[in-house]
Amino acid sequence: MRYSLFSLLGQALTGHRGWRPAWRDAAPKPSYEVIVVGGGGHGLSTAHHLAAVHGITDVAVLEKGWIGLGNAGRNTTIIRSNYLLAGNNPFYELSMKLWERLEQEVNYNSMVSQRGVLNLYHSDAQRDAYVRRGNAMRMHGVDAELLDAHQVRSMLPFLDFDNARFPIQGGLLQPRGGTARHDAVVWGYARSASARGVDIVQNCEVTGFLFEGGRIAGVRTSRGDIRARKVALAVAGNTSTVARMAGLKLPIESHVLQAFVSEAIKPLVPCVVTYGAGHFYVSQSDKGGLVFGGNIDGYNSYAQRGNLPTVEDVCESGMALMPAIGRVRLLRSWGGIMDMSMDGSPIIDRTPIEGLYLNGGWCYGGFKATPASGYCFAHLLAREESHEVARAFRLDRFATGHLLDEKGQGPQPNLH
Amino acid sequence: MRIECPFCGERDHSEFTYLGDAGFRRPDGGGEGLAGRFYEAVYLRDNPAGPHREWWCHSGGCLSWLRVTRDTRTHEILGVELASEVAVP
Repeated sequence: MRYSLFSLLGQALTGHRGWRPAWRDAAPKPSYEVIVVGGGGHGLSTAHHLAAVHGITDVAVLEKGWIGLGNAGRNTTIIRSNYLLAGNNPFYELSMKLWERLEQEVNYNSMVSQRGVLNLYHSDAQRDAYVRRGNAMRMHGVDAELLDAHQVRSMLPFLDFDNARFPIQGGLLQPRGGTARHDAVVWGYARSASARGVDIVQNCEVTGFLFEGGRIAGVRTSRGDIRARKVALAVAGNTSTVARMAGLKLPIESHVLQAFVSEAIKPLVPCVVTYGAGHFYVSQSDKGGLVFGGNIDGYNSYAQRGNLPTVEDVCESGMALMPAIGRVRLLRSWGGIMDMSMDGSPIIDRTPIEGLYLNGGWCYGGFKATPASGYCFAHLLAREESHEVARAFRLDRFATGHLLDEKGQGPQPNLH
Repeated sequence: MRIECPFCGERDHSEFTYLGDAGFRRPDGGGEGLAGRFYEAVYLRDNPAGPHREWWCHSGGCLSWLRVTRDTRTHEILGVELASEVAVP
């Protein structure tokens, strides 16, 4: 069923009794051409692009639980392409362009809202760094505007501009950045992939790999063995655990990142705002809640929940940026498990095992990459070569020294 | 999460600084394959879902370096040793 104003009106007149499930909950077949492990945003985006761009529809997406129940449903929904490095920026800009046409492409309302992403600066040195970043963005054809304190004040009068320690001097704005409805992104890609013939298999946990003559021949799962010519991992958070079953050791650590939402208030924050003197980012959802987050907790974790010192740290940063936030009650907080790579950048590449492909290491920037991650992973799977904007995301870059260290922290994953 | 410091007793983890995995050691000397051994020590991690040996420093207390064994699935602390008293693998 194609969604449109007419389908909505038609359903409204008939008591909404005609809606059908958006995708098929398939049972696994004995074999496929491609198996995508992981039914999150990236895995489903990969399946959608395999079918829609490359015409490969003999595909299964295997998910150990329910689709979108991992990090796809735990992020702060921010989309942006304000990256500095030449290896990163064109990839995230492709992602931004795919966000801009996502709803038309998959015929699903993903609530993409280009309300702008504003990174504040609080010192001359930080302004210089943002000028450099903004210039790098503009040289790649990405929108960037440097705002002074007066311009920021006209947008966000409630910030603590005259903070004694970290006065707000201005900000770098990407007007095309913004937010999207994370669950709807998952559902939209699932619906589109399923309609094109992809099997979405839930409650099907991969427990091992099948090998034949040294190459991948399929996967062992909780629902039996499934054969495939190519197996593609999109299981960020658990990449090390799944890859270990194939005998791989990776440059990745798993860390917990917490996120928060406040009670709903009337419209206050018109764009995404990030604090430059600490790690804090906030936007306001369409329901009115302030959605915000900060640093990862900083220790290896698979627990999907964090500890109170980080909650305190994030809330302190929020108070320093916008003291009015102290009047609002915190509604919920939760944790997701991040693939923290050793240089803070992702991996989309073949592995040393023939037939096994890897998409992971997204650190805590995976949501915004969802469209391009699937687009480029599908390109790699279909054409056996990296897409030109994802060529820097090689697995062997750690051995060869071609790192993509956007933050300049070195091989210390909890600092990226 | 609270860590039992051998000198200071049980303290909140916010008093401690995390370095990371204690399961590898920096290669020394020269010889064949040194670059490969450095690559493995600097970049590759087991990253287990379960008991994990890791370095913590009691930076907000006695400044001791500790080797803590912690379950990464539950954050339960399974053991704490002084770094100076354990043989590094």
